[in-house]
Amino acid sequence: MSTLLERPTSGPARSARPSLLTRLKPNLETLPTLAAVLIFIGMIVYGEIAYGRIVQANTISNLLINNSYLIILAVGMTFVILTGGVDLSVGAVIAISSLVGVMLANAGWNPIAVIVLMIVIGSAFGLASGILIQFFNVQPFIATLAMMFLARGLASMLSTTPERLEDDSPIRALSTEWTLIDGPKINDLVITPNVLIAVVVVLVAFFVLHRTRLGRTVYAIGGSEQSALLMGLPVVRTKLTIYVISGTLAGLAAVVYTSKLGIAQNITGVGWELDAIAAVIIGGTLLTGGAGFVLGSVVGALVLGLMNVLITRDGSIPPEATTIITGGILLVFVLLQRLVVSRKRKT
Amino acid sequence: MAITEPIVEMEDISIEFPGVKALQNVDFRLFPGEVHTLMGENGAGKSTLIKALTGVYKIDSGTITVAGGPRTFTGTADAQSAGISTVYQEVNLCDNLTVGENVMLGHEIRGPLGVNWRKTHEAARVALEGLGLGHLDPRQPLSSISLALQQLVAISRAMVTNSKVLILDEPTSSLDANEVEGLFAVMRRLRDQGVAILFVSHFLDQVYAISDRLTVLRNGQFIGEYLTHDLDRTQLISQMIGKDSQVLAALGSNRGRGVVDPDARPFYSAKNLGRRGSIDPVDIDVHAGEVVGLAGLLGSGRTELGRLVYGADRPDTGEVLIDGVATEVHTPTAALAHKIAFSTENRRDEGIIGDLTVRENLILAVQARRGWARPLSRKEQQELCDKYLVELNVRPADPERPIKNLSGGNQQKVLLGRWLATKPELIILDEPTRGIDIGAKAEIQEAIATLAEDGMSVVFISSELEEVVRLSERIVVLKDHRKIGEIINGPEVTAESIVDLIANEGRPEAVAEAAGLELVETEESVA
Repeated sequence: MSTLLERPTSGPARSARPSLLTRLKPNLETLPTLAAVLIFIGMIVYGEIAYGRIVQANTISNLLINNSYLIILAVGMTFVILTGGVDLSVGAVIAISSLVGVMLANAGWNPIAVIVLMIVIGSAFGLASGILIQFFNVQPFIATLAMMFLARGLASMLSTTPERLEDDSPIRALSTEWTLIDGPKINDLVITPNVLIAVVVVLVAFFVLHRTRLGRTVYAIGGSEQSALLMGLPVVRTKLTIYVISGTLAGLAAVVYTSKLGIAQNITGVGWELDAIAAVIIGGTLLTGGAGFVLGSVVGALVLGLMNVLITRDGSIPPEATTIITGGILLVFVLLQRLVVSRKRKT
Repeated sequence: MAITEPIVEMEDISIEFPGVKALQNVDFRLFPGEVHTLMGENGAGKSTLIKALTGVYKIDSGTITVAGGPRTFTGTADAQSAGISTVYQEVNLCDNLTVGENVMLGHEIRGPLGVNWRKTHEAARVALEGLGLGHLDPRQPLSSISLALQQLVAISRAMVTNSKVLILDEPTSSLDANEVEGLFAVMRRLRDQGVAILFVSHFLDQVYAISDRLTVLRNGQFIGEYLTHDLDRTQLISQMIGKDSQVLAALGSNRGRGVVDPDARPFYSAKNLGRRGSIDPVDIDVHAGEVVGLAGLLGSGRTELGRLVYGADRPDTGEVLIDGVATEVHTPTAALAHKIAFSTENRRDEGIIGDLTVRENLILAVQARRGWARPLSRKEQQELCDKYLVELNVRPADPERPIKNLSGGNQQKVLLGRWLATKPELIILDEPTRGIDIGAKAEIQEAIATLAEDGMSVVFISSELEEVVRLSERIVVLKDHRKIGEIINGPEVTAESIVDLIANEGRPEAVAEAAGLELVETEESVA
């Protein structure tokens, strides 16, 4: 008995509340996220030295404003990937949702009703994916792929030409620029309601994942779905919920994107699901599920956004090469994850 | 003890699966404050009975009474909310979360700001303390503690839900002796608090050490309920396997037959075979017709050595002679080409392919050796099945049944058949008898003895030292990833003498002297 009890703790028994320092000490789970933060900082430093005008109010404002839709998508994708699933439908959901929104708004619908409908469209696609996965035992990859084709097809049936939102539409108010700090020349700190929406989404997601039973069940499912079932956790309900969350946030991202650009088209959002997945992976969430942080995904989205800024500034890199660089960064992070997983196996 | 009312009473339970009567009119009762062991061979219906109680399987007839009222559950979660918690053989926790989170999952203490982690971890600490695990930090990751402790964490999780009934389904199969003692201490503590514990184990010693009462099942039928001290081991074994236990005793006479001439050229001979971080360089010889046992505690390097011999892990030192010819065995493909086969200890993940049929599982290795371009004809497949299903007494002997529907012991027999079908000259068997019942165990031991008699070389790995002693010609003893000695088996060798050797590894000569053993000189043991 005594050997059993003494074996596990190395060194003296720790106090019930470890110091802040030990809790912040990087462990294997936070390592990839930490790496993402370091890379982000590294990119900022490099950009500032090489091109200048990176660490200033208007660059940061633009980074947030231009990427708020991606941040929202990445948050939704984080939930899905944490359970070990994937949602390929979000890009296409944005297309159908924003097309329906623009067309109805132009037809004179109440803007609030339009926004609600746009979000509900997203939720409906998410629910459909969830039902396919949970009750018809379809792989998440296939179920959401089917939803992607369905959504994209419906969008193409509605219109194949760009639909322009009228400039005076109240929906566009969501991208009103509020100048917080009026800097010299154009160097202002600006935010839009869209940025606020993204921030609120991130905060709520953080709360749900770390402070609710739903969130803990998400992590448990990612760790081992079989165990979660045997522990009596509400696995079915939770998995349905996370696909609804992902769909809903895709609908919300459609609102944010439409209000900013004022245009909806059936080819809007092609490949965005992959950007969102990339952001989540770069942010340190394990593709196999069970480990990762929503804040990491935000950093991941910002890394992608900043990379575009740097490429534009550089000028010598053709924009076509952007995807190669994205792929390269992604590869580095996946390799890093492999390292983490193999280290974990050994311990 | 029996004055109180039973908390669980199952009467006349029958369950039928397509073609199989899994349970027939089985009675079972469980009293508060007792440890009640469910005994039976694999396939006797133990797991089915547990699953019937927790609602995983629907019962076809019979009644289940819990705490005085008739109940039928719809699944684990439902049973749990009624106070019946189950801890399975494979620890079913999430190792990506902390100890405390695992204990409290689904029961986190919530405040106005969502889950209150301070209070939740505090509650987890209290629950762990209740089982004498107060030293465990609830905030450390589950993956950082040993499997044995994880098992105890799973039990404290059950206690958080205030369970009145705790089902422990083979909790000891991957624990060493000390860890089992720790588990038993916890079980006794819970029993004294009035928890009813349903225990399943294949280890007779453990059953006698912990249980108050036994229920024996055989072939899905109720054989009897006994107070443990009313039934001695021989009687119990006869009840379980329904035949005389002389069969088991007879096996022991095989050991140390001395049929192998130690000076003859071994079939397999390795010098300094090792791999950094896995096992220190080891010398090992295996003669034709010889069973070489690898003995050692869990984590001593038994499996690692087996995998090196097979080339499943690439050795980074050492030379290997096969039939006197220097050979490199760095991959399983090379091993198979040299007629070396390896049967894994991890039956579920590395052994069977659950959804394939018995036939498909059986022919897998033969087919892999022939290559996909030359598929085995249906007739050849059938011949292989006929031969090995009969030879190894696989039950049911139905080649078209998905293998996952067979009991563990029968799955193991099919796996053995899979490798035997490749006609190996050396077969490495890693824990071939783990987690299977005594009847199947005897059959597999018998099969191994027969194989050796027919001239096959066998490397036999088992955590049950008695079994190693019973079967092996020579025993290689490992500790902390190195070889600490080698023993020629004989009548004076017992499991205890191996334990002594491991315990006193610094002075193997002294131990050997004391035990009167013949010790083979090895560089490692001197070093």
